[in-house]
Amino acid sequence: MSKGIPHALNKVVEPFLIIVGSLSISMMLFGAFVAAAGANPFEVYQTMYRAAFGTSFSWQNTLIRAAPLMLTALCTALPGYLGLIIIGGEGAVVMGGLFAAIVALTMPNAPPMVVLTTMALAGMAAGAIWLAIGGALRHYRAVNETISSLLLNYIAIALLNHLVTSTFRDSESLNHPSTHHIGEANMIGLIPGTDLHWGLVFGIVACVLSWFLMHHTVFGFASQIAGGNVRAAQIAGLPVGRLILIVCCVAGAAGGLAGMVEVAAIHGRANDTLNANYGYAGILVAFVARNNPLAIIPVAVLLGGIRASSGLLQRAHELPDATVLVMQGIIFLVILFSETLYGRFSRMPKQGAV
Amino acid sequence: MDVGWWGVLIAVLGGAIRIGTPFLFVSLGECLTEKSGRINLGLEGTLVMGAMTGYAVSLHSGSPWLGVLCAGLAGMTLGALHSWLCSFKRVNDIAVGIAMMLFGTGLAFFLGKPYIQPSAPRLPSIDLGAWSDIPQLQAALQINALFLIGIVVAVVLAWMLKHTAWGLKVRVVGESADAARALGLPVHRIRILSTAQGGFLAGIGGSYLSLYYPFNWSEGLSSGQGLMAVALVIFARWHPIGCLWVSLLWGGAAALGPSLQSVGITGGYYIFNAIPYIMTLAVMIITCSPKRTLVGVPHDLTVSR
Repeated sequence: MSKGIPHALNKVVEPFLIIVGSLSISMMLFGAFVAAAGANPFEVYQTMYRAAFGTSFSWQNTLIRAAPLMLTALCTALPGYLGLIIIGGEGAVVMGGLFAAIVALTMPNAPPMVVLTTMALAGMAAGAIWLAIGGALRHYRAVNETISSLLLNYIAIALLNHLVTSTFRDSESLNHPSTHHIGEANMIGLIPGTDLHWGLVFGIVACVLSWFLMHHTVFGFASQIAGGNVRAAQIAGLPVGRLILIVCCVAGAAGGLAGMVEVAAIHGRANDTLNANYGYAGILVAFVARNNPLAIIPVAVLLGGIRASSGLLQRAHELPDATVLVMQGIIFLVILFSETLYGRFSRMPKQGAV
Repeated sequence: MDVGWWGVLIAVLGGAIRIGTPFLFVSLGECLTEKSGRINLGLEGTLVMGAMTGYAVSLHSGSPWLGVLCAGLAGMTLGALHSWLCSFKRVNDIAVGIAMMLFGTGLAFFLGKPYIQPSAPRLPSIDLGAWSDIPQLQAALQINALFLIGIVVAVVLAWMLKHTAWGLKVRVVGESADAARALGLPVHRIRILSTAQGGFLAGIGGSYLSLYYPFNWSEGLSSGQGLMAVALVIFARWHPIGCLWVSLLWGGAAALGPSLQSVGITGGYYIFNAIPYIMTLAVMIITCSPKRTLVGVPHDLTVSR
């Protein structure tokens, strides 16, 4: 049926062109916005580029921010294969970081390797359970998963604040209630030869593994069927409930791992800095990447760069730090709008390009 | 006069009205939007944008009521943007709502940066408790005119939805877009108008936050009220009068933590503050079921599918 571009290529080329086009239009809109705010858009973009990708130091800043974004984007992207819109990444990060810190504090004399492994497992388990609640409620109680996962974010943050101000409070953390420090020896350390911590490796590995899981295993195939048509999947005998639970657990584990890395590589303790909006920015990454785990990696780097440029934008152009939030919002809206374009430029018949 | 534990009850009742008013406006807005078959998760962003606009206009013009009006107009603009985007094929209203939430809050933080310090004129309140000599009761019955306006809006909205041609059109569009099209109704236009009007109400709810209670503009002003409203509408069975009762209930729940603090119970402060979220989640778990459709749900609504 396809005359010019073969189907497989078309499936890659069309999204790529539409996404690049959407990002360009977002840049124009954002340019108009900063121009209206009294800044020169060309200089703003120059500053952003310099702050995000200009030097090895800025690359490092960007990649450190991109690492948790890769993991939190999976929180939205993987359930997306099942047709769920889950936005509970923030809660998974918070719970993951909180429980990673708590288990580390229960084992003061264990060797660092054991502590870190346990922390990672505890963080992943906490994130997995937290995100799976939303998926389970969707399947078994028909509760809208978007709303429940967002409510669970607020509950997770309340739980974090409660525990770090009561049971697990380090009495020396006066102005900024936190847990005790997990110990310098237990910090995760840097990738040899760089100034980057291991979170980046975790992020990339998690994305690649997720891609393999969803695109090259029977499990992933079954999930995509269930996402396409739940009733058809049930008639075909697929255990839809179990698929939803497992996918949400994997996705939540990624978010929990992001929280664990925040604690073990950056803060050393759990406190409300865990609630740094990585979860919400991850939603945007997942939507721009159209839920494809491999596409998440470059998109996360791009968004990490945008977020890294916030400080310099403030200093060089006197733009408030919320400027990057506006840019994220514009990109998000344009990307969603671009959904309507799929299939229009394609030479494929309509049902082939959704 | 020492009122002891009665003080907690009085404070909760007062809080029900004081904290419930923004819930009331946002849930009425969401109710109207959902009646037309769309769900607007972006009302959280609308609320924050309304709060910022109301505060800024009130500061510059000296008139808090003008601030309320402009907050409504800002909310209307965001609502119109949401529903305009959703009227394109394959654009998901829930996803656009998430984007509008981030966009609205980002825009409000950007534009509102200069207004974090200065203090704007406040909306006046009406003393309904002047007859009492108990200070707690007097404080609880200091009611803002917006609450009374909200009650009127709820009654009028309920009446209009049920008894007017316009209300019937909105409901038809919400029940079945196909049937509405067959009747020759302009589906997109009705949904855009309903969502814009819903945004107007949510914007007013936001201005209440910044101009009356807690009466400031800061980036932490709203904490999910706009989002919880979506769940409140489910609990209220898509009925405006139900929205009124549910908002009061949630206002009271949110006031419980601070009220207990006032009698010396400070433990679990954050947990008490989480009660509205936990209640919302619990209500959704109890009322939703995979086996039946909810009573009163607009059939075309994504949230019910």
